[in-house]
Amino acid sequence: MVFGLSRRVVFRLLVVLVASGVPAVARAGDEKVQIGWLSQAVKRSLPLSYLDQPPPDEGLQGARLGIADNDTTGRFTGQSFAFTEAIVPEDGDVAEGLRDLAAKGIRLVVTDLAAPELLSAAGMPEASEITFFDAGTADDRLRGTDCRANILHLLPSRAMLADALVQYLVAKRWQELLLVVGHADGDREFAGDIRHAALKFQAHIVEEKPWTFVPGARRTDTGHFAIQAEVARFTQGISYDVLVVADEAGEFGDDLSYRTFAPRPVTGTQGLVPSAWARPHEQWGATQLQQRFLRQAGRWMTDRDYGAWMAVRAIGEAATRSKSAEPAAIVSFIRSDRFELAAYKGARLSFRSWDGQLRQPVLLADPRSLVSVSPQPGFLHQFSELDTLGVDKPETKCRMG
Amino acid sequence: MPNGLIARAVVIALLGAARIAAADTIYVSNEKDNTITVVDGAALTPVKTIPVGQRPRGILLSKDEKSLYICASDSDHIEVLDLASAKIERTLPSGPDPEYFALDPTGKLLYVANEDSNLVTVIDVGRGEVVTEIPVGVEPEGMGISPDGKYLVNTSETTNMAHVIDTAKRQVVANILVDSRPRRAVWTADGAQFWVSAEIGGTVSVIDAAKREIVKRITFAVPGVAAEAIQPVGIAITRDRKLGFVALGPANRVAVIDAQSYEVLKYLLVGQRVWSLGFNPDQSRVYTTNGVSNDISVIEVGSLKVIKSVPVGQAPWGVVSRP
Repeated sequence: MVFGLSRRVVFRLLVVLVASGVPAVARAGDEKVQIGWLSQAVKRSLPLSYLDQPPPDEGLQGARLGIADNDTTGRFTGQSFAFTEAIVPEDGDVAEGLRDLAAKGIRLVVTDLAAPELLSAAGMPEASEITFFDAGTADDRLRGTDCRANILHLLPSRAMLADALVQYLVAKRWQELLLVVGHADGDREFAGDIRHAALKFQAHIVEEKPWTFVPGARRTDTGHFAIQAEVARFTQGISYDVLVVADEAGEFGDDLSYRTFAPRPVTGTQGLVPSAWARPHEQWGATQLQQRFLRQAGRWMTDRDYGAWMAVRAIGEAATRSKSAEPAAIVSFIRSDRFELAAYKGARLSFRSWDGQLRQPVLLADPRSLVSVSPQPGFLHQFSELDTLGVDKPETKCRMG
Repeated sequence: MPNGLIARAVVIALLGAARIAAADTIYVSNEKDNTITVVDGAALTPVKTIPVGQRPRGILLSKDEKSLYICASDSDHIEVLDLASAKIERTLPSGPDPEYFALDPTGKLLYVANEDSNLVTVIDVGRGEVVTEIPVGVEPEGMGISPDGKYLVNTSETTNMAHVIDTAKRQVVANILVDSRPRRAVWTADGAQFWVSAEIGGTVSVIDAAKREIVKRITFAVPGVAAEAIQPVGIAITRDRKLGFVALGPANRVAVIDAQSYEVLKYLLVGQRVWSLGFNPDQSRVYTTNGVSNDISVIEVGSLKVIKSVPVGQAPWGVVSRP
């Protein structure tokens, strides 16, 4: 027993020595920042529109562009950025991917994982010294009851997206909302966030209706007759200003516009959409990022690409400012109030101390034009207007321990 | 009586002379409608609109002040506008997406920031040729050349640095880390300092040109304006280095700074999303381009008051003035 304990102590000591030995090797002016990528290949359902199918390298391309941007800066600071990709197959084990990264001494890991996989990876013993940069989820629970001290979230939570949308609708005085909700967990969470936002910003949900049709074949030759009639019936007899739809997978949301009984705009997950990034966005220098990404990836940047780009850039920015390649120094800088990230949205972005969420403006766009950017003028906050979006410090359910 | 008349005549003549000295012509690039607006500086009214290339942003006068160089960003070249005929007389190669540039004091070389390709392109104006390209940080933006022409300062928006380039060696010789999204780099006339604005960082760094160190970080706070809306871009410093002017973007203010003590003296309310600043020839006025309200504001340097706004084209970007 005593012997076993001391062996464990010795083993731990060794681990500590090895871990601290890694950054010590890097000399000033020749520092290597190691960043890992952990994702799982997920088969996604085909969305209704065949126009924008999810690209297989979504997220990853954003991270790669971030590495290239960091390296350009690194040329002047004597820092370089090594990027190790661990992509776990659909039936593979995420834990194994993480162990591989950890064994290589990587302590900064950008992830595109669903909530259960992310939580299990973050809870592994190998993860104790790792900081995760979640570039793929919008789940409120990961920023609330299921928050973790070693996870930072790059993309806006569903609560932030809902607040951004409802602020705009209230600013337009389109306050009577018809809420149409899909069957997925994310849809229900987004609907809950819309209800909460309506309460907060004084909009009114006149009716909430679940969309219960089972999605069938995406294409049928005469499908539009049935859909047209169905959507008209579904929305008949309700008096509202705007339809808000919650359909993240894109199973029916695109079928609502122009088919409602009354002429009312569609917003939410389709129509006018709140998002971290949008194709039509070209303000605050965003054109440059869009162009760089297009050149590299041969396709447009998505939310997940943008999340991954921001994750890698946050690490790069902290490495430059803290003049260190050491993960602990980088993370402590990122979490400090000196950290600010410029990410083409006209504001300095930083992480909320209470739940690890990146505070940021949310774009409101339809497929071809940027309509607005929230927070809307007039929604005030004691410290930062960006904190009018999402869960603020006094109401957080996150208890990091 | 005749004495009085003479005195009056003298006064009138003097007034006339003063008016002539102040009478300038103002040129404004309109990013969104691909034009240059010509404004009469005496009447402060627009007199002409000249169609130019796609997305005109940075503009500069040639050394003889007879031509205007225009960064036509989406046309991927620089246009040379002959101001007498109001015609584009030729184009210069610039590399992709030229946004902003600097003319060396001899008037022979243009240094162009290519936002899209992490390069500074050096152009021989006379021969109309690219001389060389200098690699810099991500999204090069601001360009400021020292009064003696020996050093060029380029800012890179995503790398967050001011790169000091030795113009003889055509190499980066120093990098100074500044706050987020640096925009303009403007030298003081004595060549002792250059000031760098940081749009997202919300500051202006005053940098000692010899030591290449930040000597002061000027911060701003406008009562009733959210800190996030304070986004410094354009800078103008008087030749005597008494006053500095900084455009604060969506805060819709120009900050007036004591350029010796770096204290902010005043915030002047101008048009919406104030962007670039330019002096008139005798530096009695500062002109501001206001990108959202589609006008320019005229600041009187003596009284530190905004005396007029003049409507121009859509999304005005750059402004210069000549006698």
